[in-house]
Amino acid sequence: MAGCTATAPRVEMTASNHRWRKAKNVCMQTLAFMCAALVILPLLLVLFHLLSQGASSINWAFFTQLPKPVGEVGGGMANAIAGTFILISLASLLGVPVGVLGGIFLSEYTHRRLNRWIRFTADVVNGVPSITWGMVVYGLVVVPMKGFSTLAGALVLGLMMIPLIMRTTEEVLQLVPAGYREAALALGIAQWRMILQIVVRTAMKGVVTGVLLALARVAGETAPLLFTAFGNAYWTHRLTEPIAALPLQIFNYAISPYDDWHRQAWAGALILIFLVSAINLGVRALTRDRFSRTAPQILMPGHHVATEVQPPHGTAG
Amino acid sequence: MDRSDAGRFGDRAFKGLTLVMALSVFVLIVLIGFELARGSSTAIRQFGWRFLISSDWDPVNEKFGALPFIFGTLVSSAIGLVIAVPLSIATAVYLTELAPQWLRQPLTLFIELLAAVPSVIFGLWGIFVMVPWLSGNLFPQLQRFLGRLPWFQGPIYGPSLLAGGIIVAIMILPMITSVSREILRSVPGLQREAAYALGATRWEVTRIAVLSYARRGLFGAVILGLGRALGETMAVTMVIGNSPQIVKSLFAPGYTLASVVANEFSEATTDTYLSALFEIGLVLLGVTVLVNALAQVLLKTFAGPGVKPQN
Repeated sequence: MAGCTATAPRVEMTASNHRWRKAKNVCMQTLAFMCAALVILPLLLVLFHLLSQGASSINWAFFTQLPKPVGEVGGGMANAIAGTFILISLASLLGVPVGVLGGIFLSEYTHRRLNRWIRFTADVVNGVPSITWGMVVYGLVVVPMKGFSTLAGALVLGLMMIPLIMRTTEEVLQLVPAGYREAALALGIAQWRMILQIVVRTAMKGVVTGVLLALARVAGETAPLLFTAFGNAYWTHRLTEPIAALPLQIFNYAISPYDDWHRQAWAGALILIFLVSAINLGVRALTRDRFSRTAPQILMPGHHVATEVQPPHGTAG
Repeated sequence: MDRSDAGRFGDRAFKGLTLVMALSVFVLIVLIGFELARGSSTAIRQFGWRFLISSDWDPVNEKFGALPFIFGTLVSSAIGLVIAVPLSIATAVYLTELAPQWLRQPLTLFIELLAAVPSVIFGLWGIFVMVPWLSGNLFPQLQRFLGRLPWFQGPIYGPSLLAGGIIVAIMILPMITSVSREILRSVPGLQREAAYALGATRWEVTRIAVLSYARRGLFGAVILGLGRALGETMAVTMVIGNSPQIVKSLFAPGYTLASVVANEFSEATTDTYLSALFEIGLVLLGVTVLVNALAQVLLKTFAGPGVKPQN
């Protein structure tokens, strides 16, 4: 056909091969559909097996009791569940302020070249394998303190949260219309108060969403905790003691040779995936009714965030 | 005027504060490099370049070489990419170009949830469901039909390089799919319309107007997936068999850089042993940082503001 220039890939679009082209079209569409089905198959299988293997081991004791020693049946993961919550709470003490304030800088103060480098570095740091984070904190905290500790575990998760939160915060703040900023400044408010009271407040839901997704992500991390938090069969009372965490416990039970521990690993995995998916789906539901489009996607790399923001209530005064 | 002075001070203080926080990412990357280099200094001094090309891993006699782990990491990542790349790009094409509108949202949501599943859960599933199935069904079939190739010969163990590669594929599928989907979505509609106007079928539009336009970005998505595959730890550790050897058969157990650290780090008894593990971490860091930086450059130069890659 005349439309195919020399530079474009050549396709013969003549009437004579029309049927062949149609057939090829149907073939490729079917193939793409089958690929998509194959991609979601593992998730369906994992969910199915988690439910069928894990559900039967979940009972009251699982949430309230400590692990039993080898050979004794029963016991639970109470300390590991609590440990995960303690670790991510402590981690957010570091990750949230640093990440959010850094994100504010990236979005609100424009030093083009500097910002580009910060962004690039944050993305690269995000790609550092989680196991190497564990080694870094081992050298930084565990060796000087002469022991695995809650502190080290919380620190490693907190450090991992920083670049994640920084990038999502930046993205949601940039969605606040420039007019809001200009209007506030025109009223004579100082820039820093404008940023906190107008920009951040307007985009608050987006910021919170980003933080929650970062929490969900680090809550499932195992590798960096192996030689920082280390795990603990008992309750932890001090920040300098090792602490149990749900993913660690799942790993240790899964590679053990005992059937009862395997059952508990499945149950723990079911709880963990429930936690992570609940945050993910919850955040999405939360943002769907008020924001017209999608929430920030920190678990999904490369997503273009297109969150519409709500005007703040009563910030004009 | 008092108030405006106060405001100016506040402005400067706040800007300074946020700047320091933003600069923390530089501190992080330097910190990571420094700690790993410090930890591995003993091993670097003792083994030099031989560390990278020696295949001895004998902690008892203090002989350390990283080659079996480099081999295992490369092979499992390569298998992962070979499986995941065509599948995830096809899925991205399906999601953006071919799927009926009502199906796009739920499918995308599913794939996003798949990406959020922690690695250890895939490992658990891998040990108890996938590996038994592979060694009972898929591997014997592969051996029957492809047994003439050296990769598919030899005894079938459950945990193996191939099992590790397959779990890596499952883990990077959602990531490559969603980045690719984002890239395909940023291809201008005019591009498609022009091809349709020439009478192209849907598949021809996808191939001529969409895929060739997005080639660079898709390559970036693949490299991003590679970065993730190289550093994947828990799931691989649980199914690869953890045996430091270099063999032809994909049915034989292997070991990766990340999993040797995960398994042996807290049991390393001597300083040299620990230092060798630190050096393995340093190798892993170097490779993943390079790969990720390349991916970021590819993705950022592809389409500008529409695509914001994060890992």
